[in-house]
Amino acid sequence: MLKIEDLHVSIGDKEVIKGLNLHIKEGETFILFGPNGSGKTSLLMTLMGFSNYTVTKGKITFKGEDITYAPIYERARLGVGMSFQRPPTIHGLKTRHLVEMCGNGSKVDVERLAKKVNMETFLDRDINSGFSGGEIKRSELLQLMAQNPGMVLFDEPESGVDLENMHLIGEMVRTLLDGEIRPNLDLSMKEQKEMGSSTCGLIITHTGHILDYINADRGQVLYNGHLCCEARPRDILEHIRKYGYQECVKCLK
Amino acid sequence: MKKVDLNLYKFDGLEHDAVADLTTLNAEDKEQLLMAGVDVDSEETSGTFLQVDHSNVHCGSTNKDVEVMDIKKALEKYDGLPDYYFKLVDKDKDEFTKSAAENLHGGYFVRTKKGAKIKAPVQSCLFLKAEQSGQNIHNIVVVEEDSELQIITGCAASHGKFTGAHFGISEIYIKKGGKLTFTMVHNWGENVTVRPRTVGVVEEGGVLLNNYVLLKKVKDVQSYPTIFLNGEGAVARFNSVLVAPEGSHIDTGTRIIMNAPNTRGEIISRTITTGGTIISRGHIQGNYAPARGHLECQGLLLGGGIIHAIPELEATVEGVELSHEAAVGKIAQEEIEYLMARGMDEEEATSTIVRGFLNVDDMGLPKKLQIEIDKQIAELDSSDAM
Repeated sequence: MLKIEDLHVSIGDKEVIKGLNLHIKEGETFILFGPNGSGKTSLLMTLMGFSNYTVTKGKITFKGEDITYAPIYERARLGVGMSFQRPPTIHGLKTRHLVEMCGNGSKVDVERLAKKVNMETFLDRDINSGFSGGEIKRSELLQLMAQNPGMVLFDEPESGVDLENMHLIGEMVRTLLDGEIRPNLDLSMKEQKEMGSSTCGLIITHTGHILDYINADRGQVLYNGHLCCEARPRDILEHIRKYGYQECVKCLK
Repeated sequence: MKKVDLNLYKFDGLEHDAVADLTTLNAEDKEQLLMAGVDVDSEETSGTFLQVDHSNVHCGSTNKDVEVMDIKKALEKYDGLPDYYFKLVDKDKDEFTKSAAENLHGGYFVRTKKGAKIKAPVQSCLFLKAEQSGQNIHNIVVVEEDSELQIITGCAASHGKFTGAHFGISEIYIKKGGKLTFTMVHNWGENVTVRPRTVGVVEEGGVLLNNYVLLKKVKDVQSYPTIFLNGEGAVARFNSVLVAPEGSHIDTGTRIIMNAPNTRGEIISRTITTGGTIISRGHIQGNYAPARGHLECQGLLLGGGIIHAIPELEATVEGVELSHEAAVGKIAQEEIEYLMARGMDEEEATSTIVRGFLNVDDMGLPKKLQIEIDKQIAELDSSDAM
C-alpha cells in the first residue's frame, strides 16, 4: 500500500529524514516511536505533502502511484488521511461544512458520524475555534471518518486527551483502521473480521496508550532521521520504558 | 482624506412623492432596497423608514412601543429635540456636518418606550436615486431605559455607475439598561462619496452591538464613529466586514471611550482588498478602572490593493486592560494546506477560507438579508479578483 524508498527530506537547509525505507502493507498498522525531534512528525508531514518539507531524494509510492511530488489534495483524494496535532482555526467555516466537504463528492451523514465522536454540539461552531485537546482529536477523527481514507496518518492520538476521551478516541481509531464490525449486518462478526479491512495506518505514539485499542503488529524507532529496531510495538515500548532511546544509538552505529 | 468638492452634487430640488405602501414598488426597486437591508414584503418589522434623495417617502411604525418618524417632523413635534439634536455631534465639525445642519433633507428619529423589548427590527433605507444627488441626513436613535431595539439600516444608490454623495449625522442615545443592535449595510457605487458622522452614548448597563457590512464598490467612505461608555457596566461591540474592490477607498474605524467602571469595548474588523484601499482604524481609550477593551483587525490582500491598519490603545489610568491583535497580508498557508489535506484543491481551499472570513452569520441578520449577503459574497468569490 505505502512504499517509501531511500527518502531524504529537508526543512530549509536542515536534513530531517536521512534515507528512510518503509513498507506498509494493505490492512497493516505501523507504529512509529522515537524521541522528540527525531523526525516522526516530519515524516508524516512529508507523506501528506506539506510545502515546508522538501524531498531531496527518494520515492514515495501509495497504491502503486508515485506521490513523491504530488500536491496535497491529490494524495488526499487517493486516500491519504491525516489527523493534525494542532490544526488551525478557520473563521466562519463551520465544522459541519468542513465534514461535508471531506466526503469529496460522496454524501456524508454528518449527524450520524458526529454522534459517534460526541461532536454534535460542535457542528455549528467554527472549526477548531476554542476546541480543547480532546475536542480537536474528536474533530479530526470526525473529518477522517467522512474522508474514509485508505491510509491513516495519526500523530500522537493520546496527546492532550483525558482518560475518558482516550477510550472514545482509541475505539474510533480502531474503527477507522479495521472498519465497522456490527452484529446486525448480513455477515457474522467473525466473518467480517476475517475479511479484514484494507485500511492501513501509520501512527506516532510516545506513551503507547493507543496500543490498548488497536491491532498493531509492527513498529520501529525513528532516531535522528533513521529508522531502526523493527519489532512488535509493545516490545519496543517496554524496551524504551526501561532503557530509553540510548540503545537505538548503539544500533545505528 | 481626499477633498470632496460639494459643487459636484445637487443639494436642492430632488424631491419625491410619498409611497404609502412599499409593497407597490416595482421589482427592481424592491431588489435594491433588499440589498441594502430593507425587506418591504417582510411582516417581521416594527417600523420602516425610507428616504429617497431629499424626501422621506415612507415612514411608519407597526409597534406602538417604538416611534419611527421623519427627523423634520420630530423636530417640529418635540420643539427641536433639545436633548438630542446636535448634542453629541458638533455642528461645526466639518463641511459635512455643516451641510447637514444648514440644509437638512431628512433622516429618522427612532425612540423606544421605556422597558419595551422590541423583537422585530426597525428597517431604514437611505437611498440615492437622482443622478448627482447630494443627501444631508440626520438620524437620532433613543433607546430608553431597559428597552431593546434592533435597527437595520441600509444605504444604497440606484445603480453601480451612479454619481452622488451622502452625508449622514447619527446620534445614538442608549439609556440605563437599554440595548441596541445596529446593523448597517452599505451598497453604494463606484462614484458615491460617503461621510457618516456618528457619535453615541451608552449609559449604565447599556449595550450597543454594531455591525457594519460593506461588500460593494464605493468611491470614497470616511467615517469614524465615536462611542462613549459613560455608565457602569456599559458595553460596546463593533463588528465590521469590509471588501474594497479596485477603485474603492475606505477609511473607517471606531473609537470607544470608556469613562466608567466595568465598561467593555470591543472592535473587530475583517477586511479584504481586491485592489482598493482600506484604512482600518480603531481607538480604545480607558479612563476608568476596571475596564476592558479589545481591538482586532484581520486583513487579506487578494490581488493588489492596500490595507493600512491603525490600531490605538490608550489607557489613562492604572488598572485598565486593553489588548490588540492584528494580522494583515495573505491567507495563512497552514489553513490552505489543512483544507487541501481534506481533498480540496488550492483554489477551493482559498475560496472556502475567504467565504468563512466574510461570514456574517454571527450578526443575526434577517434571513432575506443574510441570503442577499451570501449572494454578494458568492459573486465576489466567482469574480476573477479572488
